[in-house]
Amino acid sequence: MGKYVVKRVLSMIPLMFVVSIIVFLFIRLIPGDPARMIGGPTATAGEIAAIRSQLGLDQPLIPQFVQWLGGIFQGDLGHSFTNNTSVVELLAPRLPITMYLTICSITWSVILGVIIGVVAAVNRGRALDLIGMLIAIAGISLPNFWLGLQLMQIFAVNLRLLPTGGLTDWTGYILPSVAMGAGIMCILARVTRSSMIENLGKDYIRTARAKGLPESRVIMVHAFKNSSIDIITVTALQIGALIAGSVVVETVFSIPGLGRLLVDSIGFRDYEVVQALILFFSFEYMAINLIADVLYGIINPRVRYE
Amino acid sequence: MAETLLEVKNLKTEFKRGKKDWITAVNGVSFQVRAGEIVGLVGESGCGKSVTSLSVMRLHSKLNTRLTGEIKFDGKSILDMSEAEMRSIRGNEISMIFQEPMSALDPIMRIENQLTEAISLHNKGLSKQDIHERCVRALKLVGIPEPEMTLRNYPHELSGGMCQRVMIAMAMACEPKLLIADEPTTALDVTIQAQILALMEDIRNKRNTGILLITHDLGVVAETCSRVIVMYAGNIVEEAPVKELFRNPQHPYTKGLIESVPKLGRRVHRLPSIPGSVPDLSVMPEGCRFAPRCKYAQASCAQRPPELVKVGEDHKCACPFHENVRKGA
Amino acid sequence: MADTTTKTPAQGEFASGEELPKAQGRAKEFIKKFLRRKTAVLGFIVIIAILVLAVIGPMITPYDPNAYDYSAILAGPSAAHIWGTDEFGRDVFSRIIAGTQLSIGTALTATLLGTAGGVVLGLMAGFFGGILDSIVMRICDVMFAFPSILLAIAIVAIIGPGITNIMIGLAVFTVPSFARIIRGAVLEVRGELYVEVAKSIGCSSARTMFVHVFPGTMQALIVNFTMNIGGAILSASSLSFLGFGASVTQAEWGAILSQGRNYLAIAPHLVLFPGLVIFITVLAFNLFGDGLRDTLDPKLN
Repeated sequence: MGKYVVKRVLSMIPLMFVVSIIVFLFIRLIPGDPARMIGGPTATAGEIAAIRSQLGLDQPLIPQFVQWLGGIFQGDLGHSFTNNTSVVELLAPRLPITMYLTICSITWSVILGVIIGVVAAVNRGRALDLIGMLIAIAGISLPNFWLGLQLMQIFAVNLRLLPTGGLTDWTGYILPSVAMGAGIMCILARVTRSSMIENLGKDYIRTARAKGLPESRVIMVHAFKNSSIDIITVTALQIGALIAGSVVVETVFSIPGLGRLLVDSIGFRDYEVVQALILFFSFEYMAINLIADVLYGIINPRVRYE
Repeated sequence: MAETLLEVKNLKTEFKRGKKDWITAVNGVSFQVRAGEIVGLVGESGCGKSVTSLSVMRLHSKLNTRLTGEIKFDGKSILDMSEAEMRSIRGNEISMIFQEPMSALDPIMRIENQLTEAISLHNKGLSKQDIHERCVRALKLVGIPEPEMTLRNYPHELSGGMCQRVMIAMAMACEPKLLIADEPTTALDVTIQAQILALMEDIRNKRNTGILLITHDLGVVAETCSRVIVMYAGNIVEEAPVKELFRNPQHPYTKGLIESVPKLGRRVHRLPSIPGSVPDLSVMPEGCRFAPRCKYAQASCAQRPPELVKVGEDHKCACPFHENVRKGA
Repeated sequence: MADTTTKTPAQGEFASGEELPKAQGRAKEFIKKFLRRKTAVLGFIVIIAILVLAVIGPMITPYDPNAYDYSAILAGPSAAHIWGTDEFGRDVFSRIIAGTQLSIGTALTATLLGTAGGVVLGLMAGFFGGILDSIVMRICDVMFAFPSILLAIAIVAIIGPGITNIMIGLAVFTVPSFARIIRGAVLEVRGELYVEVAKSIGCSSARTMFVHVFPGTMQALIVNFTMNIGGAILSASSLSFLGFGASVTQAEWGAILSQGRNYLAIAPHLVLFPGLVIFITVLAFNLFGDGLRDTLDPKLN
């Protein structure tokens, strides 16, 4: 098992390296002179030259990259021109907010999605299944920003039960995490259902029933445990959608998180912040998929020995 | 004569295909299995032999299956039992093993846990140590050389033959009175087949277990069984002790089956075969279901289904013209 | 779409096992099976209606979608303006009808471009294997390392906002998933007997690939293409909503909604109707895609 984990982690390193090269090239790919864009139309030639040297744009690419990568290892993600602070200082207070929102969303949506999927699979073809699957397909068709705005309209504007945005206390997290998680819940319901239906048709389920096991154990221990392999894989992939969702939902609810920062920074052409955020999001996503791979190996013995 | 373990009377198994649309997979079969006896249930695929065995275990989905007739096990009526009573019989008094041993075991559960599950379910109050010992004993019974090691394995780490041994061990762990083996050797190599069949005979001898062996392979039947039941398209067409059946088949279908088996040392240009194929369940002929493929068929065959009647000592046949068949005319 | 199935070689997509002798018979069989799925048929009807609207939309709007009317600013739904008006007094219903072309067009073009790229890469990777395969798949891995539409957002951040740029961003984002799907399908088809036969009688690589292998991947392609359009509409409207897409003056569903959200408290209809239209359109594509998948490949369900 330890070997398997080490192997997975090692295989991740080249990918992370290539991703960081791409993110590094990001500023350099901008058509025109990034320094001029950052400086704005009123900047003097001297100011632009200063920006250029601060970005390291006056050096060849490879030393630039080495310097940039070295900076990242030392916890230096660059400088925000708009806010005139280091990117790290900008990110630090926003990170916990986005993390908390993401964890809230994923928790409720996975639990509910899996329950709907299992219930639908067990009641395949009956009313519960049809209702569950209609909700699921409707849910994956809902634009999350629209869902967020409608929730805001109903619960905050009309009923005045919850805040329209911002994060004064924990109630501020409710609507955003509902809007963020709804799509994932529905995708998981669909995946769980089809995986459960497939596994419930397998020979070992017949064996389990022939042993005299109660149906609840057949479903939960044999079918569900096998399905959890698929569920984990899909959940990890859905984290990607959740990260993208946080960008949209934080904008809708004016939440001062990383997603909102990304949208604002793109608007202000604050490229070092954009660069740092994209690097952070993709590394976060890769790390979560790595964890899912390891979990996959723990549950599925066939993978470990290959 | 030994006590009757399983008595099936006029069992009919129907599957729902649509609203009020039922098709009959097993059409009123009756047979018995006695303690310490290996009964072969033979027929082509789709003839209803597996459906019959799953009906005895009541393993068909309740949603789309209708079982009628009578199934008595050890004097108790299976079809009248509650689901809880039925569960206490499955794996405990009647066990079952299947065709594909590799896929019949849960791929992500260690062998020990799969065995433990069956044992602890039907033997409440056993200590962990006791259960472990019973697991080891169960594997020893089926001739697994290093039970401690095998217990820690996952199914994909074992060969097909080993998996089938584990399946048998699991089936025998609670010392059932009846073992239903549904094509237990079909997916295995020939040498392994012989080992598994020998193992089943061995268990029968040690434990006096009644075994219902379902197969399409007449060679397996000849080697292992004491009595044979031949099924065709949901009906039993012939039933006889194994020697009697091979020496003196009375039903044209049985005769065709036996003739179509190649025999060693005999040179033939072309193996005899039965023309045509098994009719679809939804478009069964009115009378004798074999009539369209039967060279002995007469006009009356198409009118009403033949009855299974006694044609000799312990020998039953569902063909009114069995005399002609026997003479080969 | 029935026509494309007829080109599909027999791979057991008709689970009933009926061997219908003629291609025409198989198309009929497909249509019969598809019509049995009522939600999918409903989705198909809605899609046709939306496509028609995309073509004739700008001609049939009750009002000029860009005409300002300062006498009716932020008016709620009424007989005159059934979906109300926006902050410039423009008729929301007219803007949504007129915007169909842009919204659907963006998603459709992005999906088409992305699919084409993905198909070419996937075909090459699957068919030639070896180093080419490794390179293509590694490129896909890298693209997959960016979560969801973040890649599209990054591209838009580099090349600037605008509908065309959104299209490019979404197309790039679509490529790797299609490359993987098609590669998988090619690997499956490549082992099939008829492809071996084609090679053995001396068909050239290109001919084998496009005449024999490609049709075998059609099934996977059609289903994923349909499903992807719904996703592309959602992504495009998300990007427009974030302000990366259509400008405020353009009638595009996401942009209308984005603009309307500033008036959520006083004019909720500005958000409600465009969102509803996006939702119904995406739902139609998803229902249709589900139905296609179940009809073409029952084992997937």
